[in-house]
Parts: sequence; structure tokens; C-alpha cells
Amino acid sequence: MNIPSQLKYTKDHEWVKIEGDIITVGITDFAQGELGDIVYVEVETVDETLEAEEIFGTVEAVKTVSDLFLPVSGEIIEFNSSLEDEPEKVNSDPYGDGWMIKVKCSDVSQFDSLLSADDYKALIGA
Amino acid sequence: MKNTALTSTHEALGAKMVPFAGFNMPVQYEGVTAEHETVRNSVGVFDVSHMGEFLIEGEHALDLIQKVSSNDASKLTIGKAQYSCLPNDNGGIVDDLIIYKVKEQTYLLVVNASNIEKDWNWIKSKNDVGAEMRDLSDDYSLLAIQGPKAVEAMQSLTSHDLSSIAFYNFIVGDFAGIENVIISATGYTGSGGFEIYCKNSEVKQVWDKVFVAGKDFGIKPIGLAARDTLRLEMGYCLYGNDIDDTTSPIEAGLGWVTKFTKKFTNSEALEAEKLRGPERKLVAFELDERGIPRHGYDIVDGNGKTIGVVTSGTMSPSMNKGIGLGYVPTILSEVGSKINIQIRKNAIPATVVKLPFYKK
Repeated sequence: MNIPSQLKYTKDHEWVKIEGDIITVGITDFAQGELGDIVYVEVETVDETLEAEEIFGTVEAVKTVSDLFLPVSGEIIEFNSSLEDEPEKVNSDPYGDGWMIKVKCSDVSQFDSLLSADDYKALIGA
Repeated sequence: MKNTALTSTHEALGAKMVPFAGFNMPVQYEGVTAEHETVRNSVGVFDVSHMGEFLIEGEHALDLIQKVSSNDASKLTIGKAQYSCLPNDNGGIVDDLIIYKVKEQTYLLVVNASNIEKDWNWIKSKNDVGAEMRDLSDDYSLLAIQGPKAVEAMQSLTSHDLSSIAFYNFIVGDFAGIENVIISATGYTGSGGFEIYCKNSEVKQVWDKVFVAGKDFGIKPIGLAARDTLRLEMGYCLYGNDIDDTTSPIEAGLGWVTKFTKKFTNSEALEAEKLRGPERKLVAFELDERGIPRHGYDIVDGNGKTIGVVTSGTMSPSMNKGIGLGYVPTILSEVGSKINIQIRKNAIPATVVKLPFYKK
């Protein structure tokens, strides 16, 4: 199970990469494995400002649909539109080309609430 | 939770196991898309031993079958199989099934795993003609060997000429070193192949020999997830999704297996429905835009009013678009009709199409 130590995580199986007040968000290797072949990533919230835990999009595998929850409050400034044609990148490279959104966060103190790689490992029993 | 005789084999292969109809079943091995492609292009093997098998025998076997089933089983000759329904008394369907005529006065009924007990009790309740009934479900295994290369890949396992078994025909013969195996040219994928019925004690040997024989053809194990995408691309109904206790065979498009040449459960009401025309029909549709329809989503008109319901839906691995089945008012059931599928906040336009979705 690939759980990069430099990233932060959520209990909803998302990873967060922090660069100043901008975060990049995707789903974890564990999440993509559980979902199976991902066939559609729908994000229609670009330019919207949402609260933490609000739904920012949906990821669809062949058999299941899962909501995507915003890890921290902020404005969704970019969607990885290459996933429209190649959603399978979420399976093949969840922490790289399979990233989903970038978010501008007004309050960086929220980052303290995110899980460390070790916390996340414990959560999934890896 | 029940296991099949091959559960530990699936686990050893790294399958993801899920509970399905009371059985611990493999939902996928390497991934649903790859498994789907394997069946479409070469050959794959499903363990579908959870399916139920009833033997109906004796002088009055056919009488009982004709009473409970919608298709005309008197047309069956030895070595032929028939798709059929068990209608209920209220216009719905108890189950769909395949009926095999094994020999004179002996029929094998293959039913859905989730309905074994319900079907058994239903058929038994209609058995006032004295047919002998035996439930073999716990003793028999079923492997579906499916795909365009199935005939060639499996020929070395039997002395019978597999290419001579026509669709919905079967033989009882030697297979993989086992005698008296049912080799049936049936399946739930639309890609050709066989279904193999043997005893639980024999199935591991059959499974192992099937993989040895199929090695050069790229044979792979296939899970239930791909079974669902494969059947949906053909528009085959799934009991519990597209048909159930409340859907009639007429509205579900199963008129072709509902024969009014004989009397059967609720046949008068179903015949009247057929003459009058059903109020709603099960249709196949493709999304005109991106999105994936799912079981239970609303079908809506241009004003957002709910006019029907999606009963099955997926992203078609073969066509890479959203496809589904659902009930709509008969007036909107013609091929080319425009409907909308409510997917979360959006009503996505869709078009009613002719089945199958997937054409070779």
C-alpha cells in the first residue's frame, strides 16, 4: 500500500498536498483499490467556495458511486480536466496524474486537523 | 454465508470476495474492465455455482412445468434448453430461469441464487399433479466458460465435438476427465461459450483442467462485476433489478418467452395485458452526454417530472458510454425516443435504443 509520508490525509480516504495556501486533493491508493476501475470523475464545483466536508464532486467506478468531500474549507480553483478523458489515471497514478482538484484555503490553520501518513496507515490498518 | 466448492481457489487467486445472494463470491480478480475485455475477445471462466438447480421428474413433470412457466416447455426435445419465467398471481415474476430437457420425463430447472427457496416453495405449492421434485442446489457446481475462443480452447477436454452444440442446446458427456457433465451452449454474456454443470466434488478438477486447456488462449477467471457489465451490454434482464415480483413479463419485453398456447399461472391476465398493450415498457437507453445511469435513478421528462425509473445502468466497457435499462410510459418506448436520466443535480439527455447495445 502506497502512502507517501509527505502528504496529509482524511478519514474519507483523500490525500492533500499543501503548498502555501493552495492544496491539491486526490483519493488514496487504498481508495482507488477499493473502488476498482474508475470510469468517471465529475466535479462541477470549480470557482465555488465550500465548507470542509461538503461534497465537491463524485467518483464513479464500474459498480459504485462515491461522493468526494472537501478536506478543508476553501475555493475550488482548478479541476484536473484530463480526468474527463482518462479517469483511469486515478487508478494508475492516484498521487500524481490522478490528482483531482486544487483549492485555495483562506484559513491555513485548518491543515492541523488533517491526518499524517502514520495516522492514515493506522486508520486503514495498513 | 455459504461458500462454493471453489471459494478457497478464488481467494488464492487474489479475488475480491463479496457477499452475494447469501454466498461468498468473487466480484473481481484483476479488474472489471480487463475481465470484461477477456470475455469479449478471448475466453474467461465464471464460478456461478451459487445458482440453484431443481430436478423435476416423473410422468407429470411436464404438467407441472407447463403450469408454472410462461414459455411452452412442450416444445423442448431432449438436449434442448429454454429460457422462461415463473409468473406470479399478481402480474409479476417469481423468477426467470432456464429449463433443460435432460431425458423423457426429466427436466432440470436452473434458477437465480437469491430465489432458490422462494422458487422451490412456489413450484411446490403448484405441484398438485404429483411431479417428483428434487433440489440439487447444494450438490451441484456451475462454471460458465464464455468468450469467442471458448469452443477452440475447451475442445481438448472432451470427446464430443463442441462446435456442433448449437445455442441453447446441450449434451451430457465427458469433460475434463469427468463423466456425465452437462455441457450447455448457454450463457449470460453474449460472447458465446458454455455452461458446465458437475458435482461439487468434481468441480476443482474441472476448473484446473479448464485453465490448463485454456492457457494458450489467455483464459482468465472472471468475477461477478464483469458478469453484470457483459449481460447489460446485451440487455439481458437481471432478476431483482429489471424484473421482480411487481414487473410483468409483457412490460419487461419477455413476451417472446410468454406463450399463450397453453394455460399457466396468471396467463389470462397476462394475455389481456398483451392484447391491451402494457402501460409501461422496459427500454434500453444510451446517454447522449457524459454520465453513468444507476439502478434506482429517476427517468424524467423535459420539465423534470419523473416518468420512470432506471433498473440497471453502467458505463459500458465496450462502448465507453453510459447505458441502461429502465421502465418508461409505452408512448416513450419507441427506438429514438428522447428521455432524461436524473443523475444527482442534472437531468442528462438519453435516447431509447435497440438491443443489444454491444454488437460484435
